[in-house]
Amino acid sequence: MCLGIPGRVVEIEKNVAKADVGGFLRDISLDLCPDVSIGEYVLIHTGFAIQKVDEKEAEETLELLKKMAEAI
Amino acid sequence: MKFIDEFRDKDIAEGLIQRIQKTSTHPIQLMEVCGTHTVSIFRYGIRAILPEQIRLISGPGCPVCVTPNADIDLAIALSRQKDVIIVTFGDMMRVPGSTSSLQKEKAEGRDIRIIYSSLEALKIANEHSEKRVVFLAIGFETTSPTISVAILRAKEEKLRNLFFLDSQKRVPPALTALLQSKQVKIDGFILPGHVSTIIGTKPYQFIAKEYGRPAVITGFEPLDILQGIWMLVQQTEENRASIEIQYRRVVHDEGNPIALRKIDEVFEKDDSYWRGLGRIPDSGYRFKESHKQMDVRNFNVEVEPTKEHPECLCGEVLQGIKSPLECGLFKKVCHPENPVGPCMVSIEGTCHTYYKFS
Repeated sequence: MCLGIPGRVVEIEKNVAKADVGGFLRDISLDLCPDVSIGEYVLIHTGFAIQKVDEKEAEETLELLKKMAEAI
Repeated sequence: MKFIDEFRDKDIAEGLIQRIQKTSTHPIQLMEVCGTHTVSIFRYGIRAILPEQIRLISGPGCPVCVTPNADIDLAIALSRQKDVIIVTFGDMMRVPGSTSSLQKEKAEGRDIRIIYSSLEALKIANEHSEKRVVFLAIGFETTSPTISVAILRAKEEKLRNLFFLDSQKRVPPALTALLQSKQVKIDGFILPGHVSTIIGTKPYQFIAKEYGRPAVITGFEPLDILQGIWMLVQQTEENRASIEIQYRRVVHDEGNPIALRKIDEVFEKDDSYWRGLGRIPDSGYRFKESHKQMDVRNFNVEVEPTKEHPECLCGEVLQGIKSPLECGLFKKVCHPENPVGPCMVSIEGTCHTYYKFS
């Protein structure tokens, strides 16, 4: 029930945004995550953005994992 | 999809598995608390690829599964009132109560509607001012802020016909109950990623400080889970216990303060009853005085006496004491088309996951 999926914000009007989720556009509420800009990714749960997805952190995690895998 | 596909890379996964194999020397039993983790672990065959000494057990992290029968019976009793519309997340429909389920009641003609977002409840209440609309407020901390937003908006809009059956749960107190239980040994926790998006790391600190166990907040893709397990193995081998974040792309120490404030505006902590775990201090909520008028528990409805199937092991499964394979009903009487207990109903229920993947 705690499923969350990442979506890219493509349009914002007041506290509602349109997010691209795997090619489909969805209306999401920004009540819980108001500080978002167009182009940023958010984590979506039951129609609400609940957190921004930090692209830099994601890249750093992947980079670390790649290095670890190569060092074996 | 971005942030999903790259965390399913096979070569990196193999490297991580080798790391885990090389690092792990001690037998450990880790609990994945969240049902979404259980599904991922089975879907990607993670149990089978781990070294023998690392055992994963499933925990109580499925809100539908831990909702007590009495609350389902109350929802059913409310649905039978002539002027009531029940709105609910889909997972609740097939959960068996003492003698019926919401799905059966819907087939009998009761007005029960499935919604995806809490905000749809407001729309339904606005469109049916002659009815009382009751939203079944089920979920962990991931969902509670969204329910709180709906409640705050209902008050702003002066909606007088929207009510909430609060059966929400807070995860950290359940972990205390599990750590205090003598029936299951837990050497570390794979902590729920999306609950932690909201609550951050602070509410988990007691796991390390008071119980000396490591815990890692983990994402849901295979690389996330393998890295989370590797971080737990490292802590174990280095004899450390701390709360670490693997799922850094969406989890921060402070959580989501805006979401936490929304919950705090509407609810205060209260004891709550969990199927299998019983009453746990501070593991749920009650309405604050300012929003009490929306609490459906103020209604005067007669609810049938609660009873549970005597052979259903859902309670033990939720605590990690028993595996679904040890239940006499599993696959024989109890299957997804005819679920006896909620763990077979929810797509995140441990029994449902075992049924699907084993």
